[in-house]
Amino acid sequence: MAEMFSYIGKPIPRKDSKDIVTGEIKYLDDLKFQNLLYGKVLRSPHAHAKIKKVNKEKALNLKGVKAILTWEDIPDFRGGTPRIVRVLDNKVRYVGDAVALVAATSSEIAEEALNLIEVEYEVLPAVFDIDSALKPGAPALYDEYPDNILPGGTIIYGPNCLKGVTRGDVEKGFREADVITEGTFGYENIPNALPPETVGAIALWEEPNKVTLWATTQAPYMDKVTLFHVFNRQLDIRSIGVHCGGSFGTKIMCWQVQSYAILLSMATKRPVKVVFTKEEHMANFTLRLSSRINAKVGMKKDGTLTAISGTWYVDTGYYSFTTQAQVAIGSGELMIMAQCPNWDLKNYVVVTNRNASGSIRGFGGQELKCSFIPLLCLAMEKAGLDPFEVLKKNFVKPQGGYYWRDGNWYNFRGIDFSKAMEEGAKRFGWKEKWKGWLKPTAINGNKHRGIGVGVHGNADIGEDTAEAYVQLNYNKTATLFICAVEHGTGQKTNLAKMVAEVLKIHPDNIRLTPADTLVTPFEFGPVGSRGTYAIGSAAINAAEDARQKLLEFAAPKLGAKPEELDTKDGVIFVKNDPKKSISWRAIGNDRTILGFGRFEPDYTMCNCMMTFVEVEVDVETGKIDIIRIVNTTDVGQVIDPLGLEGQLNACLGSAGIDSAIFEETVLDKRTGHILNANLIDYKWRTTAELPEIENVVLETPFPSHRFHAVGVGEIATSPGPSAILMAVSNAIGRWIYEYPITPDKILKALGKISSNKFDTHSNEAFKAMGR
Amino acid sequence: MNNKQKTINLKINGEFYEFEIGEKDWQIRPHHTLSHTLREILNLTGTKISCDDGACGACTVIMDGKAVLSCLILTVECDGKEITTIEGLKDPKTGELDLLQKKFIEHNAFQCGFCTPGMIMSSKALLEKTQHPTEEEIKEALSGNFCRCISYYQVIKAVKAALNERR
Ligand code: FES
Ligand code: FES
Repeated sequence: MAEMFSYIGKPIPRKDSKDIVTGEIKYLDDLKFQNLLYGKVLRSPHAHAKIKKVNKEKALNLKGVKAILTWEDIPDFRGGTPRIVRVLDNKVRYVGDAVALVAATSSEIAEEALNLIEVEYEVLPAVFDIDSALKPGAPALYDEYPDNILPGGTIIYGPNCLKGVTRGDVEKGFREADVITEGTFGYENIPNALPPETVGAIALWEEPNKVTLWATTQAPYMDKVTLFHVFNRQLDIRSIGVHCGGSFGTKIMCWQVQSYAILLSMATKRPVKVVFTKEEHMANFTLRLSSRINAKVGMKKDGTLTAISGTWYVDTGYYSFTTQAQVAIGSGELMIMAQCPNWDLKNYVVVTNRNASGSIRGFGGQELKCSFIPLLCLAMEKAGLDPFEVLKKNFVKPQGGYYWRDGNWYNFRGIDFSKAMEEGAKRFGWKEKWKGWLKPTAINGNKHRGIGVGVHGNADIGEDTAEAYVQLNYNKTATLFICAVEHGTGQKTNLAKMVAEVLKIHPDNIRLTPADTLVTPFEFGPVGSRGTYAIGSAAINAAEDARQKLLEFAAPKLGAKPEELDTKDGVIFVKNDPKKSISWRAIGNDRTILGFGRFEPDYTMCNCMMTFVEVEVDVETGKIDIIRIVNTTDVGQVIDPLGLEGQLNACLGSAGIDSAIFEETVLDKRTGHILNANLIDYKWRTTAELPEIENVVLETPFPSHRFHAVGVGEIATSPGPSAILMAVSNAIGRWIYEYPITPDKILKALGKISSNKFDTHSNEAFKAMGR
Repeated sequence: MNNKQKTINLKINGEFYEFEIGEKDWQIRPHHTLSHTLREILNLTGTKISCDDGACGACTVIMDGKAVLSCLILTVECDGKEITTIEGLKDPKTGELDLLQKKFIEHNAFQCGFCTPGMIMSSKALLEKTQHPTEEEIKEALSGNFCRCISYYQVIKAVKAALNERR
């Protein structure tokens, strides 16, 4: 660590910690409103159908029912990418699609009313996976896109949004390769990030066009922007962020539940709360993208990549909100981990009749990598190379670069992560444990151990704009105006620490405004790992601006130039003569000193996480235990060590590592129903089975902001799943390609139970390759 | 509760409550869960509901010394019970936090914090009934508490720290 800081890097309790441990913190569903109505959604039992007729009469006669809305009652409000998804439509596209909205005086009455609404459907044929959706003549979800393929690109990434990767000459690249491997690999188990708090919104509509909105959101300012467009640019929305009970990226996709609350409030002129049940949360809200690649990779004997080509198929379910953005980021992220001169990687975003996939921690990159790394493994095996060395060699270095989301090429100006990777390998004992491909590290009776490694990096650390104000107060405190909600990372306290460090006052003396778009300037939201660098820079810049104004204000009073002054603990003094000083009290209670800070996007740097795993497979039962995980990263400068530890330990949660061994959303492909949309049938990790986790964190200063730090939290989940596949394959001496590796797949691979017709495409690919 | 009974008595966080049973807004309905009564009638919203199905532990409270899932218990069944919720842990007079609460803060044993009240109540029940639980017993006691942020490791450290300090 080069610099000594007073607060940065120190374990200071989170500002909200006392309210969290006493239960006093308020999440959305804890807010109380006078005159509140409760909203519920009538959902389609069919995967694909036209709504012929809706009879609301019986339901409307139920005492306490205040409004029922169907597609016929509302204007043509649309969202999604492209904007083709009606808030309520005359067609349903998945089991659970919204058919009608009810507002009533209690949630029980609203629920009862749902049962009284009579709907006549004309059932249509449906498609539940990529193969059936792309078959010629397949039923189309949207008239606009008869082939079930959505156009690439997203408006917010600009007109040249990255839609795939084309670079150099792949033919030439393959000619130069010593080994070439090819095949189809997928990560298609659509796990759920599953924050503990469900999804919801409370809206209050006021004449003529004003809406105040409270929501379970991660990004209140962007909600205002999104909803502005959904409601045909006619609403003036005030969006207020509430402490968020986990999001993991998913809760930037709350526009539908928000729209329901707004529409019901418009209809009833009362505040309306719509909160999904856990079952709705799991069956009708964001899943991971389903990802499959058909690709070919060329490599030299020394692990140098010469060419990557192929097609990435992304199944987004019944609509896309962020999927094209995830394709852009995911493609760029693949370039970051696989530096290669020749590329031809196309993609298709496919719609199918199931619940939507979208934004989750890992944001396209995890999904693509989980499909790509197994292919790379085959190349590494053919070339007889150690995967750690190959992943280290091909990760972007200071002389490298990549295309990023706006379609531009960026020369990388970050640090060399090799040092962090080597340190992680050392702590894990990689060199001692690695015995070669498909070789266990140890065998003890039925228990076979194997190791694997994965890597991920994201140039989103400096993405999107952020703005903040810092106001200095005569009582030696400061107020940070920023549209940030706390969703678990400790972000708000970290921002306060940064401001405190600039102003040299204790973080306890920094207060943050609520995330309220009526009060704060623009902030995109803590997506990716942008909190530390992008959002942090806005707060730092605002604090510096305020500090400068303070010194300019004090200069004439101290008979010095502003640059000759400094401030600490609420006192301004002459640097060369600290006795010459005045207190911040001199600001007076009739003056405002306000600094403004803005961050402009910077895609020239990325973060990096390498994850090593050791697993133990019981070859009799097929059960897999993760024994040990080592995550290694370099963050430039730690802001909060305990918060960082939590973020890295989270590699197991939110559809991360465990999506390789037991997490999956089970879709019945005959009916389109999700079979495990509850916390009993959806498998999740408990304290009873915790592997050992070690987090290795280096601090090589980054050329980011004045504290030289970058964020890393988002990517903790991403390198793990493919590392598990590698480790399990090594443990049992057979390639395993399909996520999640449930015991039956182990036993099938070992020939202990027979394969059946439900065998996966990857096994077919495997056979096609003559293995 | 027998069928004739029209009221139930509860002691919650040291205070006595008498509830009428019935269908009116202010009354406890026979189908109301304890978590509902705590949150909606008594405004004790520190008790969280996540699954509302007995699977996740978010709604854990202590009833007569035992950690229970308040989303699975009907309020009408709680006549005569003594209940502690997360709001009842700090000293009512001085406001001083319970040792476990302090250790959760020190060890940053939460991220989003949604599971935290349940985690603390499960830990509290364990510490009340077991003098020197082993690490395995701690893990066992917390194994019904879903923490998707994976704050488990820091939670276990916090519980152990509380045990050490108590010794
Ligand atoms: S809310 Fe009671 S166990 Fe999940
Ligand atoms: S802290 Fe978020 S679920 Fe436990």
